Amino acid sequence: MSAGALRLADVRIEIGGRELIPPLTLAIEPGECVTVMGPSGCGKSTLLAYIAGTIEPAFRASGGVAIGARDITRLPPEARRIGIQFQDDLLFPHLSVGGNLAFALPAGVRDRGARRQRIEAALAEAELAGFADRDPATLSGGQRARVALMRTLLAEPQALLLDEPFNKLDAQLRNDFRRFVFAHAEQWGLPTLLVTHDANDAQAAGGRVIGLARP
Amino acid sequence: MGEAVHEVTVDRRGLLSWMPALTVGAFMLPIGAGLIGTLLPAFGYLPAIGGSEFGLDPWRRLFAYPGFATSVTVTLVTGVVTALLAVGIAFGFCAWAHDWRWFRRIGAWLAPILSTPHSAIAIGFAFLVAPSGWIARALSPWLTGWVLPPDIATVHDPRGLALVFGLLLKEVPYLVLMIVGALQQVPARQHLAIAHALGYSRAAAWIKVILPQIYPQIRLPVYAVIAFSLSVVDVALILGPSNPPPLAVLAVRWFTDADIQFYFPAAAAATLLLVLVIAVIAGWFALERVAMTTGRRWIARGGRRGVVAAGARAAAFGFGGLFVLSVLAIVGMGVWSFATEWRFPDAWPPALSLANWMRRLDGLAHPAWITFVVGVLATAIALALVLSCLENESRGRRRTGTGALWLLYVPLLVPQVAFLFGGQVLLVRANFDGTIVAVVWAHLIFVLPYLFLSLADPWRAFDPRYARTAASLGASPARVFWRIKLPILLRPVLIASAVAFAVSVGQYLATVFAGNGRVATLTTDAVTLAAGADRRVIGAYALAQAIFPLVAYIGAAVLPALLYARRRAIAGVS
Repeated sequence: MSAGALRLADVRIEIGGRELIPPLTLAIEPGECVTVMGPSGCGKSTLLAYIAGTIEPAFRASGGVAIGARDITRLPPEARRIGIQFQDDLLFPHLSVGGNLAFALPAGVRDRGARRQRIEAALAEAELAGFADRDPATLSGGQRARVALMRTLLAEPQALLLDEPFNKLDAQLRNDFRRFVFAHAEQWGLPTLLVTHDANDAQAAGGRVIGLARP
Repeated sequence: MGEAVHEVTVDRRGLLSWMPALTVGAFMLPIGAGLIGTLLPAFGYLPAIGGSEFGLDPWRRLFAYPGFATSVTVTLVTGVVTALLAVGIAFGFCAWAHDWRWFRRIGAWLAPILSTPHSAIAIGFAFLVAPSGWIARALSPWLTGWVLPPDIATVHDPRGLALVFGLLLKEVPYLVLMIVGALQQVPARQHLAIAHALGYSRAAAWIKVILPQIYPQIRLPVYAVIAFSLSVVDVALILGPSNPPPLAVLAVRWFTDADIQFYFPAAAAATLLLVLVIAVIAGWFALERVAMTTGRRWIARGGRRGVVAAGARAAAFGFGGLFVLSVLAIVGMGVWSFATEWRFPDAWPPALSLANWMRRLDGLAHPAWITFVVGVLATAIALALVLSCLENESRGRRRTGTGALWLLYVPLLVPQVAFLFGGQVLLVRANFDGTIVAVVWAHLIFVLPYLFLSLADPWRAFDPRYARTAASLGASPARVFWRIKLPILLRPVLIASAVAFAVSVGQYLATVFAGNGRVATLTTDAVTLAAGADRRVIGAYALAQAIFPLVAYIGAAVLPALLYARRRAIAGVS
């Protein structure tokens, strides 16, 4: 059911005439995780923003982005079907845990019972069965992180971007959550691009590593 | 795969990109047109009433007015003294109180005073200090020996002392609120800790380290206080000297004279007031430069305590005094409105009852309804415009420059008489004066800036990654706005709306001019009645006028807490 590889063709980003991302051509196969490593401020997050379609106008960026045969370079972010995880879980504070998941579930799933079922199943997978009515603020950091990933997956993305999502978790949680994320990315057959400055993240991802220098 | 494209930035703004121009036009056009409509008759040109040639005759008539020199002097002295005292007390109080635990919630303490219209506070203050007022009653006859109200001018005094106090009651809390807002933009706590560690006293550390950092953000509010103090009309009518009155009151008196030939000197007086405001702000600006250089030298000398602490303590006492006076003023009008009768020198009325209110209900109902309708309409329109501007800004991902901030302050810096009169001439010509729509538009001129200023910071502080996350989940910009941003920012949106509503309720001159005397609100009625009606009547109107904004504030504070009772992260009550 995979949509195909995430492909970058000659993507380059500069700001104020300074080159941030040198020409980058890359294909990430379904289920594969590629890591971009580099110090903070090297433009890793900007690269993800470009792929997700949310780059700031101050940057000059060019290059093609495609998933399988679908060119998404010019699409608005909401039409790209690219999931993104930040280092904060960013659960919407005004919605319940279930409300957060329902926000992500495509409107195409119309039947109320079916929607409820999908949400319950996602929660069960995150070992949070019965948490649908809870206030996200009452969950632990690890629980929130898992809900955030389930939210991303429920939107049925065709690729996954990870923007240092393990950064704020403590050591034990970090290991658990890494396994949780990579297992799901593989199971869903998602081409995944991880940016991090932590070599352990890259190792856990187990795929190719691309180094970015400070510009 | 498509060929590489250059600069992929999709413009998501569409119609929204017109909203900033529309919003600025909504208040700048009437101000600009109104200024021209005042300037022309100031130089003799107003064909509708026979002024077809330019000339200096209006100015000659203005200068020939017997009280002219006194009027200008009283305007300048009360305006400048009010501004100096307001700034001194506000900064001194913050320097003294900044590390008290309740200081962080000072906004909530000041909300009832800030929400009460200027004219209502002024009326309450007049009840307090009048020869037959509460203070005289409390001290009579056991201390003063008075059995009849003494014949002394405590209100409408020729020097304008009552006017200065009446203005301070509102301007000081306003500046304190602005300072508290600015404090959140600088790492105040850390910087103060460093200064303390270097041996600086509490007040000295604040004045020398924090004040210079936040002053640039307080500058425009300070200028607004200067402009307001020089050009206020409603408070001056209630508390200020009346013969000769301050320039703004003189202009209004002439504008509304039955003899329309008085239009010409009135326009000249309004123009002169505009010049005075510009001159005083320019003078203040020069003073800022001097203070900057001498201040730097003063800081470099390294004094750790000195007079600063004493000054700050004095300012804090001043602040406390003003706070007590404000509370007594508000309570006082309440007591008067429920009094059955209240003879001098009794300190408390013999009985309280609802009878007075019952008798007033018929008269109150209509102006209350108009006040409510105009306030709701002006607030709703302003909210729609401001939200469109802010949403346009975040979709275009561009920050609005400081130029736009100055533009927003134009309605607060230009004296109201200087453009409202010219605006009225235009409205009359368009046969549009005296309508609710005209009044709503006139209110919008003042409601828009306040709503924008109170909503912009929280809106811009909203973490853009929420919107990006929602977009990556497939939500369109409209869905992100309605389902994510607006609900999360409900609190600041409601608070800004309450501020806007309070501004509308308090409008006196805008209502009088745009309504051409035919649209009566609680505020216009209260100011008119203050000139001589029974205190129980005035008290009822002033209290009704104060209750509307207060209810709006309470609603803005309580509603999110109720709606989000089960959402800990955003339910907080300030």
